[in-house]
Amino acid sequence: MLVIEHLHKSYSTTQGKLAVLQGVDLQLARGASLALMGESGSGKSTLLHLVAGLDRADSGRILIDNQPLDGRLESAMARWRREGIGLVFQQYNLISSLDVAANLSFQARLAGRLDRQWLDCLATRLGLDSLLQRYPEQLSGGQQQRVAIGRALAARPALVLADEPTGSLDEACSDEVLALMLQLVGEAGSSLLMVTHSPRLAARLERRCVLHAGRVRAEPR
Amino acid sequence: MNPLLITLQALLSHWRRHRLQFFSIFTGLWLATALWTGVQALNSQARADYARAAAVLTGPGQAQLLARDGERFEQALYLQLRRLGWQVSPLLEGRLRIAGAHPLTVRLIGIEPLSLPSTAAVAGIAIPAFDLQAFIDAPGQAWIGPDTLQQLGLNSHEQATSSDGQRLPPFVVQPQLAPGVIVLDIGHAQALLQAPGQVSRLLLAGESRPLPADIAQRLTLQTPGDDGDLQRLTDSFHLNLTALGLLAFVVGLFIAHAAIGLALEQRRGLIRNLRACGISLNTLLLSLTLELGVFAVLGGLAGVASGYGLAAALLPDVAASVRGLYGAQIAGQLSLPAGWWLAGVLVSILGALLAGVSSVLRAAHLPLLALAQAQAWRMAQGPWLRRQAMAAGLLLLVALGCWQWGNSLTSALILLATLLLAAALLLPALLDGALAWLARGCRGALAEWFIADSRQQLPALSLALMALLLALAASVGVGSMTEGFRKTFIGWLDQRLSADLYLTPQDTTQALQINAWLAQQAAVTVLPGWRAEIRLQQWPVQVQGIIDHPAYPARWPLLEQSPQAWAQLASGRGFMLSEQLARRLGLRLGDSLELASDTLTVVGIYADYGNPKGHLLVSAGWLRAHLPQATLSALSLNLAPERIAPLKAELQQRFALDDSRVVEQATLKRWSREIFNRTFAATTALNSLTLGVAGIALFISLLTLSQSRLGQLAPLWALGVRRRQLAWLSLGQTLLLSSLTVLLAVPLGLLLAWCLVAVVNVQAFGWRLPLHVFPAQLLHLAVLGLLTSLLASAWPLWQLARRQPSELLRQFADEA
Repeated sequence: MLVIEHLHKSYSTTQGKLAVLQGVDLQLARGASLALMGESGSGKSTLLHLVAGLDRADSGRILIDNQPLDGRLESAMARWRREGIGLVFQQYNLISSLDVAANLSFQARLAGRLDRQWLDCLATRLGLDSLLQRYPEQLSGGQQQRVAIGRALAARPALVLADEPTGSLDEACSDEVLALMLQLVGEAGSSLLMVTHSPRLAARLERRCVLHAGRVRAEPR
Repeated sequence: MNPLLITLQALLSHWRRHRLQFFSIFTGLWLATALWTGVQALNSQARADYARAAAVLTGPGQAQLLARDGERFEQALYLQLRRLGWQVSPLLEGRLRIAGAHPLTVRLIGIEPLSLPSTAAVAGIAIPAFDLQAFIDAPGQAWIGPDTLQQLGLNSHEQATSSDGQRLPPFVVQPQLAPGVIVLDIGHAQALLQAPGQVSRLLLAGESRPLPADIAQRLTLQTPGDDGDLQRLTDSFHLNLTALGLLAFVVGLFIAHAAIGLALEQRRGLIRNLRACGISLNTLLLSLTLELGVFAVLGGLAGVASGYGLAAALLPDVAASVRGLYGAQIAGQLSLPAGWWLAGVLVSILGALLAGVSSVLRAAHLPLLALAQAQAWRMAQGPWLRRQAMAAGLLLLVALGCWQWGNSLTSALILLATLLLAAALLLPALLDGALAWLARGCRGALAEWFIADSRQQLPALSLALMALLLALAASVGVGSMTEGFRKTFIGWLDQRLSADLYLTPQDTTQALQINAWLAQQAAVTVLPGWRAEIRLQQWPVQVQGIIDHPAYPARWPLLEQSPQAWAQLASGRGFMLSEQLARRLGLRLGDSLELASDTLTVVGIYADYGNPKGHLLVSAGWLRAHLPQATLSALSLNLAPERIAPLKAELQQRFALDDSRVVEQATLKRWSREIFNRTFAATTALNSLTLGVAGIALFISLLTLSQSRLGQLAPLWALGVRRRQLAWLSLGQTLLLSSLTVLLAVPLGLLLAWCLVAVVNVQAFGWRLPLHVFPAQLLHLAVLGLLTSLLASAWPLWQLARRQPSELLRQFADEA
């Protein structure tokens, strides 16, 4: 489903060019899950942003169902983000002006794929039934992350990209949220690429790999 | 290091990274101070000049004797009174045309310093301080104000020449002397004005007593309480200017208030850290206050300097207005005391306190941990909106009270102020309600976000939108009033000024000679205008006597009239009066008035726009019989168009009348319209400036907001909304909020216009105007309001549209 070939990305800094990705190769099959680990600054989030179409690579290819992602116009990239993926961030990034119900359905409505039954199911499974009229600032961190997961899965995207989805939560809460996310990703039939620092959490995914010195080193289960 | 210094250093470091905010607060205080001090400079200058004029005329508390017919009289009467022991001093006044590179008509005042009361002062100089010999002896002295001397293009000790070739004494500059006035010895004045042996009035020292019978037939006593008209007459004009200045000041403070609030919001984290590090609340508040003080002084200094420039730019129009409306002279240049500059800076400090005190107090009252919560401020808006709505309700009650029971200009202005302030306070709640209503009709995800996010932006934009509402409503109100006034005034002028030629003879004798000569001319209709000046309830009133002629009913529009009004007036039983005088005297149709030991009935009330004095219309026969001091001061002529020019030329030649004494209808109308336009020039300029200030307020708020909006917009971009689309949506949000504000500003402006024509004008000038609505003007102002918003949002949106993805990415990534 997702194929990454020889991906390079660098940033200009005041100290000169900083090469973050130096030939990353990676594959993720449909319905599979992969944990991407690495030290801070190793380029995990950068890789995730490139796959999400939030940024562009210097060279190399990202193929989605054998179609290259690079070279697409901004409008096509926006459509990819809208319809093809679901994004979960560490800081939740919910829309503060909308209530939980509107946040949950937001991306599915943007993509034109609103499925009320699935949405109700998500709300129930995520324990958000009683919180639908609340606003993000009225929720705890764990509750906000559940809303973010629900929003990412509401349109049943082909690929879910999660950047430290439990990074702001305590251990117990992290386990609970991750378990729910894995279950629901499975039910939605989506693939999952998750960035995490935690080997414990990474172990719960089907595969894991480590980003080091700009390259991917796979770690067998 | 001192904790205060550390705190100040930390707080001030914010401005290095937020220069725009620094500029916003500075701009708000600067503009508020500039507009306020500018208006105050105009008023101070005008009032100082009125005081100078009053001081030159009589000196404070000076009684005087005047001829009953209002004209000059023989010096022999003065000598007769002196012989009878009266402490009187003669004074001769007249207008003199000075020739030269910069010709100018001045008011010449001849005095006799030897007989002046020792308590009197001329141009601020006490009599004992006079250099009598230099003043009286040849070549004498001509006292002149520095502004008038500059207008003439001459220097001190130079001698000017009058238009008929006579040389004036050398000029001596007297800083206190009113503009357009020259004071010299009465002997020189009599020669220059070609009035040998004549005086205009006698200044009286000591207590007044009954005049000898033979002199009482010629002269009348005017008590000290009767003067000061100029000050009284122009009060309304200056109060209106002050009200506009105050509005501009408030709009400017909105900018400062919004910027100070946002600066505090952005420094919540810093404030929390400072307090957590052991800085006491008192030290923190002292630092915030000191910081505010620095802004106030900087803004105040810039504002006072700009206010001076603004006043200097508007002064010619204001001078022309008061000259046209009240005949008052204001110098063409500003000369303000040092205290004015200091007062300007103090006003800025007061403004900064008003704008910043709520933010400082909010910082003091928020619990330590709450300071870190970014949403705390927004969450607090709900109760704040309710409190604002309650305050607005109270203000509306005050407005209602002023409308129902108010009977003064102050109450009328309080009505205006409370109405505007209540509307401004209600605006956020109304906008929130309107957006909530719109949200119910939204179906799409983006449409829903569009409205919800607009509601979220309201707290940050509400002050700027309030400023826009006030400025637009003021523009609609003042614009409708001005245009309505123009329409009414021009129509009224066309009816009233229907004679072909207007003559102002030099005196009654000449008028009678001209009248007799005109009677021999074929096909010329002459309408003589007899006039007398009287006082009713201490108010100066012009009484005009007219002959029974069909031209009057045709050309004299009446607001109210009794049946057979003109016939009753001609019979000498009835009289008509101006609307403002009727209000002042509380007279209605059918009421009676004791006038010159006769009782007359009110048979008509007419508009008399622009006349600060009262006006009465009676029959010429009655006037001459009951007020012997009446003079024949004007003749109106109707004749065939082709005869106007030859007759004018012949009149000028035969009776030595200059252009100012024989005026054609078109010229008179042009003068009147020019005065009208200049009267509202300063108002229009201040109005435009206020709208500009509101635009700046909106611009600064949007720019500041755009810097903190990335966090709101980045998730949408991540979810598949394009950057360009986001920019358009943001523009749409600004325009939606502005459009709703404009929609509210139009009815508010019309309400304001009604208040101006039906309440303020009645109290200020005594006349009520019909309320006219000009749809094209409303549309123009609405478009102007939206354009202002568009311009204000252009730069922030352009910045948003060109945001690089990397900047948006920073909202999500915590690693590269």
